[in-house]
Amino acid sequence: MYLGQVIGTIWATKKYEAVTGYKMQFVQPINSLLEKTGEPLIALDTVGAGAGEIIFYVTASEAVIPLDVDMAPVDATIVGIVDSINVDRKQEAV
Amino acid sequence: MLLGKVIGTVWSTRKDEALVGAKFLIVRQLDLDYNPKDSTVIAVDSVGAGVGEVVIVAQGSSARQTTFTKNKPVDAVIMAIVDKLDISVKDNKKKTVDV
Repeated sequence: MYLGQVIGTIWATKKYEAVTGYKMQFVQPINSLLEKTGEPLIALDTVGAGAGEIIFYVTASEAVIPLDVDMAPVDATIVGIVDSINVDRKQEAV
Repeated sequence: MLLGKVIGTVWSTRKDEALVGAKFLIVRQLDLDYNPKDSTVIAVDSVGAGVGEVVIVAQGSSARQTTFTKNKPVDAVIMAIVDKLDISVKDNKKKTVDV
């Protein structure tokens, strides 16, 4: 899984029917120090994250598992909203 | 998934027979402000997208998770046509995100 921040939302009425009912969010990948790492991507939201919230998401075909359909063309899904992050400064600097 | 714009179509008669009947669209990746980026992919269309439309593409093995592309040599599929995009957390070029 990866850490990210929800930075926007996408509306699409015409879509593959198995993904109807799920919000599609724009996510900026970040690291444990909340630094931006990489390009924003689109992820399906199964936990109801709001814009600006820190989340973590799962990628690849595992992204379909949280959905209640067994097949859907989804390669990123938000699976958790972060309450807090604790980083051991000594380890992190290695 | 990635945001992209359909810029063209690919026709191919001599191809893997599993791909017969597939509609191949050329999708150029867009950034958050709809500016085209360098990367383009050929994606199988599963929602009836047309040239010029802004779409969402799923890649990797997830692209095989549709009735048409199941067990086929496909790693990119168009799974939605974008109506509206709302970026509420502006990118202020800062290195970190503010919580």
